[in-house]
Amino acid sequence: MTKFILGRLVKAVFILLAILIFNFLLIHAAPGDPAAVMAGEAGAADEKFLADLRERFGLDQPLYVQLWTYLKGAVQFDLGFSYRQQLPVSQLIADRLPATLLLTGVAFVLSLVLGVIAGVAASARQGSWGDTAISTLALLFYATPLFWVALMASLVFSVWLEWLPGFGYATIGANYTGFAHAMDVAKHLVLPATTLGLFFMAIYMRMTRASMLEVSRLDFVKTARAKGLKRGVIQRRHILRNALLPVITLAGLQAGQIFGGAILTETVFAWPGIGRLMFEAINQRDYAVILGVFYISGAMVLLFNLITDVVYVIVDPRIRLTG
Amino acid sequence: MRDFWKRFRHNRGAVIGLVILAVVIATAIAAPFLFPQSPWKMVQRPFLPPFTQEGLPLGTDALGRDVLSGLAHGAYVSLLVGLVSTIVALAIGVPVGALAGYFVGRTDDALMRFTEFFQTIPSFALAIVLLAIFQPSLVFVIIAIAIVSWPPVARLVRGEVLSLRTREFVEAASLSGLSNSQIILRHVLPNALPPIIVLASLMVAQAILLESSLSFLGLGDPNIMSWGYMIGAARTVIRTAWWLSFLPGMAILLTVLALNLIGEGLNDALNPRLTRRSE
Repeated sequence: MTKFILGRLVKAVFILLAILIFNFLLIHAAPGDPAAVMAGEAGAADEKFLADLRERFGLDQPLYVQLWTYLKGAVQFDLGFSYRQQLPVSQLIADRLPATLLLTGVAFVLSLVLGVIAGVAASARQGSWGDTAISTLALLFYATPLFWVALMASLVFSVWLEWLPGFGYATIGANYTGFAHAMDVAKHLVLPATTLGLFFMAIYMRMTRASMLEVSRLDFVKTARAKGLKRGVIQRRHILRNALLPVITLAGLQAGQIFGGAILTETVFAWPGIGRLMFEAINQRDYAVILGVFYISGAMVLLFNLITDVVYVIVDPRIRLTG
Repeated sequence: MRDFWKRFRHNRGAVIGLVILAVVIATAIAAPFLFPQSPWKMVQRPFLPPFTQEGLPLGTDALGRDVLSGLAHGAYVSLLVGLVSTIVALAIGVPVGALAGYFVGRTDDALMRFTEFFQTIPSFALAIVLLAIFQPSLVFVIIAIAIVSWPPVARLVRGEVLSLRTREFVEAASLSGLSNSQIILRHVLPNALPPIIVLASLMVAQAILLESSLSFLGLGDPNIMSWGYMIGAARTVIRTAWWLSFLPGMAILLTVLALNLIGEGLNDALNPRLTRRSE
């Protein structure tokens, strides 16, 4: 297992390097002076700042030397400087990353748990009205634009019903501490996390349902039935355990999408994460920040993938038996 | 063909999807005739609620523009972007997958690593990066969406080709002296077509969602009225004029739902063996 995880780590490092090279090429492929691209919207930065950038990144030197300088910096978490915000990009991201990890983490767990439960419930009574209802809901969630469902949820639950806060991370000026603070954040988290999770819940539900139905037709399930095991035991121990594997694989692949969704949800709910940071950077054409967030989001996805790999090993009954 | 239609019709959801999509297509085609004026033109006072003024059934937006006209013109943009970006994505993904699956070994390894890279990096963030750095024109929006959506095609085609290349009819074609490109184009790919068609219909739906998300963030073509732009523009006035965000969202939801339903119907109709097994 250590070897397997190590292999994955090496692969992750290569992908991160590839993202950095990709970023570097983008800066140089963009129309105009690379220094102006790094500084933000052309003309926004003063001459001195541009001259500094040119010197630091050696923009008058051959391309491969520039690439080396860029990579060396990025490996040491030097992701450039946001001229607009007058702060290093790495610091801007570090300040906002915890909020995004909280939001995407909660949304991911929520969608996976609810999606699997709904999928199991639907597959247990295939063709019943419960199955139809769950499947129809999943179909609807799967077709709903994330940002729109977020907007509508904030309208209904925050503006009209006034049940939940519709924006921000915590109540401004309340200065709660300890448990009260955690509850306050949790309250603010309900709408962003559920609206972000809906789309993915629909995917996991459909996958679980299809997978459960497929596994339940396999021979070893017939054997278990013939042995006279209880229906619930077969469902949980025999079918679900095997049916979960493709769902986990899919969930790992979807990690990048959850982050993409977070850009939209954070924008709608003014959630102070790196997705919102990216939205602000888009409006200001702050390229250093956009590329920095892109790089870090790639790293986050690789981390999520690594976690799902580990979970896969734990859940897979075959690996358990042989290992 | 007749069998295909019979099986497709058997799926009630698919038929509903087809009807909805037909309405959307008709709206898109009729838009320039029904609303010859630019959808950007101010026609009445701003914030006119729906069903209050004759001639403007859905009212006006924050700048006094006709909402119904915007929706109709937006239908055209959504369908165009969805369709063209899917075609471009197929044009990248099918060759990559076919080459990887047919010439196993190093070619396969190299192409699949390349595909994996694009599948791992967050696709929406990549689309944002591409559009933020290059100009967000309609062509670039389409290219950006295609660049982030081709990997699943490549993987699917590779899998199909891998399983087809060892079949007798391909070996026969190879023995009869046909070149590799002839075998791939004439014998392998046509047999891999059904799953590609199903995937393509779902990709059109995803592309429409992606386009609307990008326009919502302000990364759409600034000269083109799209559903995502309408929602983004109405976001700040959601407390006073919620219908301005609600209506375009419903349009996206229905169109995407219709395409997904059709995709499922196609799946049932094109893979009859699979369907029967699950019954």
